[in-house]
Amino acid sequence: MSMQGLTCHEMVEIITDYLEEAMRPEDRRRVEAHLAGCEGCTTYLEQMRETIRLTGRLTEEQIPEVQKRQLLDAFRTWTR
Amino acid sequence: MRNTGVLASPADLSIVQRLRAGDETTFMMLVEQHQAEMLRIARMYLSSRAVAEEAVQEAWLGIIKGLDRFEGRSSLRTWMYRIVANVAKTRGQREGRSVPFSSLAGDDVAPAIDAEWFQAATDRAPGGWRTFPDDWRGIPEDRLIGYETMQRIGRAIDLLPPMQAEVLRLRDVLGWTSQEVRNALDLSETNQRVLLHRARSRVRRELDTYLSEGRDR
Repeated sequence: MSMQGLTCHEMVEIITDYLEEAMRPEDRRRVEAHLAGCEGCTTYLEQMRETIRLTGRLTEEQIPEVQKRQLLDAFRTWTR
Repeated sequence: MRNTGVLASPADLSIVQRLRAGDETTFMMLVEQHQAEMLRIARMYLSSRAVAEEAVQEAWLGIIKGLDRFEGRSSLRTWMYRIVANVAKTRGQREGRSVPFSSLAGDDVAPAIDAEWFQAATDRAPGGWRTFPDDWRGIPEDRLIGYETMQRIGRAIDLLPPMQAEVLRLRDVLGWTSQEVRNALDLSETNQRVLLHRARSRVRRELDTYLSEGRDR
Protein backbone atom coordinates (compact mmCIF):
# COMPACT_ATOMS: atom_id res chain seq x y z
CA MET A 1 0.00 0.00 0.00
CA SER A 2 3.05 2.24 -0.21
CA MET A 3 2.50 5.04 -2.71
CA GLN A 4 4.89 7.79 -3.67
CA GLY A 5 7.10 6.82 -0.74
CA LEU A 6 4.41 7.42 1.93
CA THR A 7 3.23 4.43 3.93
CA CYS A 8 -0.19 4.19 5.58
CA HIS A 9 1.60 4.15 8.93
CA GLU A 10 3.17 7.50 8.07
CA MET A 11 -0.12 8.84 6.75
CA VAL A 12 -1.94 8.55 10.09
CA GLU A 13 0.72 10.74 11.73
CA ILE A 14 0.54 13.56 9.18
CA ILE A 15 -3.22 13.53 8.76
CA THR A 16 -3.69 16.54 11.07
CA ASP A 17 -1.16 18.58 9.09
CA TYR A 18 -3.20 17.68 6.03
CA LEU A 19 -6.56 18.55 7.58
CA GLU A 20 -5.20 21.78 9.07
CA GLU A 21 -3.77 22.71 5.67
CA ALA A 22 -0.33 23.10 7.17
CA MET A 23 1.59 21.33 4.43
CA ARG A 24 3.81 22.41 1.61
CA PRO A 25 2.04 21.97 -1.73
CA GLU A 26 4.34 19.12 -2.78
CA ASP A 27 3.65 17.19 0.44
CA ARG A 28 -0.04 17.78 0.01
CA ARG A 29 0.14 16.32 -3.47
CA ARG A 30 1.92 13.22 -2.12
CA VAL A 31 -0.82 12.76 0.49
CA GLU A 32 -3.53 13.17 -2.12
CA ALA A 33 -1.82 10.74 -4.46
CA HIS A 34 -1.66 8.19 -1.64
CA LEU A 35 -5.31 8.74 -0.72
CA ALA A 36 -6.39 8.30 -4.32
CA GLY A 37 -5.08 4.74 -4.29
CA CYS A 38 -5.65 3.71 -0.68
CA GLU A 39 -9.03 2.69 0.67
CA GLY A 40 -7.73 2.22 4.24
CA CYS A 41 -6.33 5.73 4.53
CA THR A 42 -9.38 7.24 2.85
CA THR A 43 -11.54 5.57 5.49
CA TYR A 44 -9.20 6.72 8.25
CA LEU A 45 -9.36 10.30 6.96
CA GLU A 46 -13.14 10.02 6.89
CA GLN A 47 -13.06 8.83 10.54
CA MET A 48 -10.94 11.83 11.53
CA ARG A 49 -13.32 14.24 9.78
CA GLU A 50 -16.23 12.56 11.52
CA THR A 51 -14.42 12.78 14.88
CA ILE A 52 -14.01 16.53 14.36
CA ARG A 53 -17.66 16.94 13.35
CA LEU A 54 -18.95 15.00 16.36
CA THR A 55 -16.61 16.78 18.78
CA GLY A 56 -18.08 20.03 17.50
CA ARG A 57 -21.51 18.92 18.70
CA LEU A 58 -20.47 18.85 22.34
CA THR A 59 -22.11 21.65 24.27
CA GLU A 60 -20.69 23.69 27.06
CA GLU A 61 -22.03 23.12 30.52
CA GLN A 62 -24.09 25.72 32.32
CA ILE A 63 -22.55 28.04 34.88
CA PRO A 64 -23.90 27.91 38.43
CA GLU A 65 -26.24 30.83 39.24
CA VAL A 66 -24.21 31.75 42.33
CA GLN A 67 -21.07 32.38 40.32
CA LYS A 68 -23.00 34.53 37.86
CA ARG A 69 -24.43 36.65 40.65
CA GLN A 70 -21.00 37.17 42.21
CA LEU A 71 -19.56 38.28 38.91
CA LEU A 72 -22.41 40.66 38.23
CA ASP A 73 -21.95 42.24 41.64
CA ALA A 74 -18.26 42.56 40.94
CA PHE A 75 -18.95 44.15 37.55
CA ARG A 76 -21.21 46.75 39.17
CA THR A 77 -18.50 47.64 41.64
CA TRP A 78 -15.69 47.73 39.11
CA THR A 79 -17.42 49.93 36.58
CA ARG A 80 -18.79 52.38 39.09
CA MET B 1 -0.32 43.36 22.42
CA ARG B 2 1.19 41.61 19.46
CA ASN B 3 -0.51 41.32 16.15
CA THR B 4 -2.17 37.96 15.84
CA GLY B 5 -3.51 38.13 12.33
CA VAL B 6 -7.03 37.79 13.72
CA LEU B 7 -8.33 41.26 14.39
CA ALA B 8 -11.19 42.21 16.64
CA SER B 9 -14.46 42.04 14.75
CA PRO B 10 -16.91 44.97 14.65
CA ALA B 11 -18.99 42.90 17.10
CA ASP B 12 -16.00 42.68 19.48
CA LEU B 13 -15.50 46.44 19.34
CA SER B 14 -19.15 47.06 20.01
CA ILE B 15 -19.08 44.71 23.01
CA VAL B 16 -16.06 46.54 24.40
CA GLN B 17 -17.79 49.87 23.95
CA ARG B 18 -20.88 48.64 25.79
CA LEU B 19 -18.75 47.19 28.61
CA ARG B 20 -16.95 50.48 29.02
CA ALA B 21 -20.34 52.10 29.42
CA GLY B 22 -21.14 49.63 32.21
CA ASP B 23 -23.73 47.56 30.29
CA GLU B 24 -24.57 44.64 32.61
CA THR B 25 -26.43 42.57 30.04
CA THR B 26 -23.41 42.54 27.78
CA PHE B 27 -21.17 41.61 30.67
CA MET B 28 -23.40 38.70 31.66
CA MET B 29 -23.50 37.49 28.08
CA LEU B 30 -19.71 37.45 28.08
CA VAL B 31 -19.66 35.54 31.36
CA GLU B 32 -22.13 32.99 29.98
CA GLN B 33 -19.97 32.44 26.96
CA HIS B 34 -16.56 32.30 28.56
CA GLN B 35 -16.65 31.47 32.26
CA ALA B 36 -16.49 27.68 31.86
CA GLU B 37 -13.64 27.85 29.39
CA MET B 38 -11.72 30.37 31.47
CA LEU B 39 -12.01 28.11 34.47
CA ARG B 40 -10.61 25.24 32.44
CA ILE B 41 -7.67 27.34 31.32
CA ALA B 42 -6.98 28.37 34.91
CA ARG B 43 -7.12 24.74 35.96
CA MET B 44 -4.37 23.88 33.53
CA TYR B 45 -2.02 25.77 35.82
CA LEU B 46 -3.71 25.41 39.20
CA SER B 47 -4.67 22.09 40.70
CA SER B 48 -7.14 23.45 43.25
CA ARG B 49 -10.57 24.33 41.88
CA ALA B 50 -11.05 27.03 44.52
CA VAL B 51 -7.78 28.74 43.62
CA ALA B 52 -8.61 28.45 39.92
CA GLU B 53 -11.98 30.12 40.56
CA GLU B 54 -10.19 32.97 42.35
CA ALA B 55 -7.84 33.29 39.41
CA VAL B 56 -10.77 33.57 37.01
CA GLN B 57 -12.35 36.20 39.24
CA GLU B 58 -9.07 38.10 39.23
CA ALA B 59 -8.89 37.72 35.44
CA TRP B 60 -12.37 39.23 35.03
CA LEU B 61 -11.22 42.17 37.11
CA GLY B 62 -8.17 42.48 34.87
CA ILE B 63 -10.37 42.32 31.80
CA ILE B 64 -12.71 45.08 32.99
CA LYS B 65 -9.83 47.26 34.11
CA GLY B 66 -7.95 46.59 30.90
CA LEU B 67 -10.83 47.43 28.55
CA ASP B 68 -9.43 50.89 27.92
CA ARG B 69 -6.22 49.33 26.68
CA PHE B 70 -7.96 46.93 24.30
CA GLU B 71 -6.91 48.10 20.87
CA GLY B 72 -8.61 45.48 18.76
CA ARG B 73 -5.40 43.98 17.44
CA SER B 74 -6.58 40.53 18.44
CA SER B 75 -10.05 39.08 18.87
CA LEU B 76 -11.68 39.88 22.19
CA ARG B 77 -11.79 36.23 23.34
CA THR B 78 -8.11 35.68 22.55
CA TRP B 79 -7.23 38.76 24.55
CA MET B 80 -9.42 37.61 27.47
CA TYR B 81 -8.04 34.07 27.54
CA ARG B 82 -4.49 35.31 27.54
CA ILE B 83 -5.29 37.36 30.61
CA VAL B 84 -6.70 34.38 32.48
CA ALA B 85 -3.78 32.19 31.38
CA ASN B 86 -1.31 34.77 32.64
CA VAL B 87 -3.08 35.25 35.96
CA ALA B 88 -3.21 31.48 36.53
CA LYS B 89 0.40 30.97 35.49
CA THR B 90 1.56 33.71 37.85
CA ARG B 91 -0.46 32.31 40.73
CA GLY B 92 0.86 28.82 40.05
CA GLN B 93 4.43 30.09 40.16
CA ARG B 94 3.81 32.12 43.30
CA GLU B 95 2.45 29.07 45.04
CA GLY B 96 5.39 27.02 43.87
CA ARG B 97 2.98 24.79 42.04
CA SER B 98 3.69 25.61 38.48
CA VAL B 99 3.16 22.61 36.32
CA PRO B 100 5.92 21.83 33.81
CA PHE B 101 4.95 22.22 30.16
CA SER B 102 5.77 18.58 29.46
CA SER B 103 3.13 17.38 31.88
CA LEU B 104 0.55 19.89 30.64
CA ALA B 105 1.20 18.89 27.07
CA GLY B 106 1.45 15.19 27.77
CA ASP B 107 4.98 14.02 27.08
CA ASP B 108 3.73 10.66 25.99
CA VAL B 109 4.66 9.89 22.43
CA ALA B 110 1.63 7.69 21.96
CA PRO B 111 1.12 6.89 18.29
CA ALA B 112 -2.06 8.06 16.56
CA ILE B 113 -3.09 4.44 16.29
CA ASP B 114 -1.43 1.19 17.47
CA ALA B 115 1.44 -0.10 15.36
CA GLU B 116 -0.33 -3.47 15.28
CA TRP B 117 -2.70 -2.02 12.70
CA PHE B 118 0.15 -1.94 10.19
CA GLN B 119 2.19 -4.59 8.46
CA ALA B 120 5.69 -5.18 9.79
CA ALA B 121 8.93 -4.65 7.89
CA THR B 122 9.03 -8.32 6.95
CA ASP B 123 5.46 -8.39 5.62
CA ARG B 124 4.38 -8.01 2.03
CA ALA B 125 3.58 -4.30 2.25
CA PRO B 126 5.51 -2.82 5.20
CA GLY B 127 3.67 0.10 6.79
CA GLY B 128 0.41 -0.75 5.00
CA TRP B 129 -2.85 -1.50 6.80
CA ARG B 130 -3.30 -5.07 8.03
CA THR B 131 -7.04 -4.55 8.22
CA PHE B 132 -8.76 -1.40 7.04
CA PRO B 133 -10.34 0.83 9.68
CA ASP B 134 -14.13 0.58 10.03
CA ASP B 135 -16.23 2.57 7.67
CA TRP B 136 -18.47 4.67 9.92
CA ARG B 137 -20.65 5.80 7.08
CA GLY B 138 -23.02 2.90 7.59
CA ILE B 139 -23.74 3.94 11.18
CA PRO B 140 -27.08 5.71 11.64
CA GLU B 141 -26.80 9.42 12.41
CA ASP B 142 -28.96 8.91 15.51
CA ARG B 143 -26.27 6.74 17.03
CA LEU B 144 -23.42 9.00 15.92
CA ILE B 145 -24.85 12.10 17.53
CA GLY B 146 -26.60 10.27 20.35
CA TYR B 147 -26.19 10.99 24.05
CA GLU B 148 -23.92 8.01 24.66
CA THR B 149 -21.53 9.00 21.85
CA MET B 150 -21.32 12.53 23.21
CA GLN B 151 -20.64 11.15 26.69
CA ARG B 152 -17.79 9.04 25.32
CA ILE B 153 -16.25 11.98 23.51
CA GLY B 154 -16.56 14.18 26.61
CA ARG B 155 -14.93 11.55 28.79
CA ALA B 156 -12.11 10.98 26.30
CA ILE B 157 -11.37 14.72 26.30
CA ASP B 158 -11.42 14.86 30.11
CA LEU B 159 -8.78 12.15 30.24
CA LEU B 160 -6.37 13.96 27.92
CA PRO B 161 -3.37 15.86 29.32
CA PRO B 162 -4.65 19.41 30.12
CA MET B 163 -2.99 21.25 27.24
CA GLN B 164 -4.15 18.70 24.65
CA ALA B 165 -7.67 18.88 26.05
CA GLU B 166 -7.70 22.68 25.92
CA VAL B 167 -6.37 22.90 22.38
CA LEU B 168 -9.01 20.40 21.26
CA ARG B 169 -11.82 22.25 23.06
CA LEU B 170 -10.94 25.62 21.61
CA ARG B 171 -10.29 24.32 18.11
CA ASP B 172 -12.93 21.60 17.70
CA VAL B 173 -15.63 22.15 20.34
CA LEU B 174 -15.69 25.95 20.12
CA GLY B 175 -14.46 26.14 16.54
CA TRP B 176 -11.68 28.69 16.98
CA THR B 177 -9.08 29.13 14.25
CA SER B 178 -5.72 27.50 14.93
CA GLN B 179 -4.13 30.93 14.98
CA GLU B 180 -6.46 32.12 17.74
CA VAL B 181 -5.85 28.95 19.74
CA ARG B 182 -2.11 29.27 19.72
CA ASN B 183 -2.31 32.94 20.53
CA ALA B 184 -4.68 32.42 23.47
CA LEU B 185 -2.58 29.59 24.92
CA ASP B 186 0.75 31.07 23.87
CA LEU B 187 1.85 28.10 21.79
CA SER B 188 3.97 27.87 18.69
CA GLU B 189 2.25 26.83 15.49
CA THR B 190 3.94 23.42 15.55
CA ASN B 191 3.23 22.73 19.23
CA GLN B 192 -0.40 23.65 18.75
CA ARG B 193 -0.74 21.23 15.87
CA VAL B 194 1.10 18.39 17.61
CA LEU B 195 -1.19 18.76 20.63
CA LEU B 196 -4.26 18.87 18.40
CA HIS B 197 -3.07 15.79 16.51
CA ARG B 198 -2.57 13.74 19.66
CA ALA B 199 -5.88 14.85 21.09
CA ARG B 200 -7.91 14.18 17.93
CA SER B 201 -6.22 10.84 17.38
CA ARG B 202 -7.05 9.83 20.94
CA VAL B 203 -10.70 10.84 20.60
CA ARG B 204 -10.94 9.01 17.28
CA ARG B 205 -9.64 5.86 18.97
CA GLU B 206 -12.21 6.10 21.71
CA LEU B 207 -14.97 6.67 19.19
CA ASP B 208 -13.80 3.74 17.12
CA THR B 209 -13.78 1.49 20.17
CA TYR B 210 -17.29 2.59 21.07
CA LEU B 211 -18.73 2.50 17.56
CA SER B 212 -17.29 -0.93 16.82
CA GLU B 213 -19.02 -2.46 19.87
CA GLY B 214 -21.50 -5.02 18.71
CA ARG B 215 -20.29 -4.89 15.13
CA ASP B 216 -18.48 -7.65 13.32
CA ARG B 217 -14.98 -6.65 12.48
